[in-house]
Amino acid sequence: MTVTPPTVAAEEPRRALRRFRSIKGRQTWAGLGMIAPAGILLVLFLIVPVILAFTLSFTNARLISPNPPRFVGFDNFIRAFTADPVFIQSVGNTAVFALVVVPVQAALGLLLAVLVNRRMRGVTAFRVIFFIPVVTSIVVVSILWKFMYQQDGLINAMIDALTFGLWSGADWLNDPSTALGAIIFMSIWQAVGFHMIIWLSGLQTIPEELYEAARMDGASPWRQFTNVTWPGLRPTMVFVLVTITIAALGLFVQIDVMTQGGPEGSTSTIVFHAVRKGYEQQEIGYAAAISLIFFVAVLVIALIQRRLTREKD
Amino acid sequence: MSATRTLTTEPETRRATRPSTPQSEKSRRVRGKVFLYVAMSLFGIVFLFPLVFMFVSSLKPDAQILQDVDSPMAFLPVGDISLDNYFGVFDRVPVAQFMFNSILVTVLTVGLGLIVNSMAGFALSRLAWKGRIVVLAVIIATLIVPFETIAVPMVYWVAQLPTLVIEGGVLKYDFGWLNTYEVQIVPFIANAFSIFLFTQYFSTIPKSLDEAARIDGASWFTIYRRILVPLSGPAFATVAILTFLPAWNQYLWPLMVVQKEELRPVMVGMQYFFQLNTAWGEVMAYTSLITLPVLIVFLIFQRAFVSSIAASGVKG
Repeated sequence: MTVTPPTVAAEEPRRALRRFRSIKGRQTWAGLGMIAPAGILLVLFLIVPVILAFTLSFTNARLISPNPPRFVGFDNFIRAFTADPVFIQSVGNTAVFALVVVPVQAALGLLLAVLVNRRMRGVTAFRVIFFIPVVTSIVVVSILWKFMYQQDGLINAMIDALTFGLWSGADWLNDPSTALGAIIFMSIWQAVGFHMIIWLSGLQTIPEELYEAARMDGASPWRQFTNVTWPGLRPTMVFVLVTITIAALGLFVQIDVMTQGGPEGSTSTIVFHAVRKGYEQQEIGYAAAISLIFFVAVLVIALIQRRLTREKD
Repeated sequence: MSATRTLTTEPETRRATRPSTPQSEKSRRVRGKVFLYVAMSLFGIVFLFPLVFMFVSSLKPDAQILQDVDSPMAFLPVGDISLDNYFGVFDRVPVAQFMFNSILVTVLTVGLGLIVNSMAGFALSRLAWKGRIVVLAVIIATLIVPFETIAVPMVYWVAQLPTLVIEGGVLKYDFGWLNTYEVQIVPFIANAFSIFLFTQYFSTIPKSLDEAARIDGASWFTIYRRILVPLSGPAFATVAILTFLPAWNQYLWPLMVVQKEELRPVMVGMQYFFQLNTAWGEVMAYTSLITLPVLIVFLIFQRAFVSSIAASGVKG
């Protein structure tokens, strides 16, 4: 952590001392000292694991093994794309999940935000109610919905009552054609309140004068939304889309608690597959390769989203 | 952090300025309001019914839960109501131990995080030092690394970290952080997003305060401790709230690194309930038990929660 450039050895201490005494030098020492605890922790538990993920992915490392890891080149990556159908299926499931959840959750969040963005009696209570699932642990939510999704569970009983017995639902989590959809519905239910709040804070940055001007021109509520609200929400939209996408791609807990990737692999996701391979089956090198593929995918998608949403400005 | 302010100011009522007769105007406004309340109530029901069902079911025996599902009784605490499921939970798992572990992990992660990350934010926003810009850029870049991608390599990594143990009164060192409290706390203390929020907030406080204190001979740490910290209540509240929920809800990580029952947090304790015949009444009692503390904290600090989330979005 020296800040002085290498010089003649004898010169070094004196120069360091002079630097320490100078105002700028003292700020350097104070700065390094105060960032050190966080800096060391971030290096140990973020940067080293990232580098480790990168290097392990080119080896055959195992979690507990007497043999040291051996370099295997691109074998893990080739295996993922050619010899591991569950991985391919997991990529597909993750993509479907994200493609449905991102637009639906963003739109529903905006709808809720518009609903509660007004001065009316009781609106705060509704904001709190819409937000309650967000503060409930996703583990608890997954267990609760697993119970409600049972064939003789609450969801089917409610469907039956609401359709007057015309449809009695399905065995949601045990049927490959409905399991992922059921998890998608529950995930949106749990997280949409979070994005309602983000949208709401975006809505409140739009100056009221713009609405007044639009109304003077006789704009209908819908026109006000498309011409005033929507353009004013662009920065918020970028944030909402990127955060939902990253969260959606990382889908894990719901799968682990509710279906363990089944039935027939119909709900296995990339992260779930990586954890299963790396942790349960101890193939940490292969799991690191999957994690690296996942990381690159997240990065690329986030960059594309940024580019797309920025170009329109 | 301007959102903290904007969110608490209520939006102005929108008065229609279009010319129309007072009566039709008034009735239209009433109809609009009724529509809004109906819409919000429907959504409210959708968001609340599962949780009401959970709390109500935790008070009923299993047979009655299944029987009530077909009627509105599912949402009403009627019939054979008792706390038996809760007693059952305490018999089956060491709830108090799990709760203690979760509280310990959460308090230490949040508390130490506030200290460490605010100090880093101070260094990044108030002090001119070599490498500051580079460090700030690296910290912001790490924001895009999802924890899930490094979780598995990190198990491998913490299994090799040195640790101090006391064996027969002698301090020795050993390797492997698995099955400890520190493995659940230390990796999550430093948080790039918290550092970023503190840096942002501190840079809104006038630097003239520091200069005055410097002239009086205060050290940089004193300036941080006596000037910046007392002025930054909202930033500390925001970071505390944003780090509290993930710490309490930890699941994937303790699942992998903690096998000892006496060290496990509440979310992992869930696993004890899934055997051949799941006793759903007890499961509902357990999930109610671990949800209630968070729910109560949320309802008390509801305003601070909402503005913290809003603040995270506007600047993020």
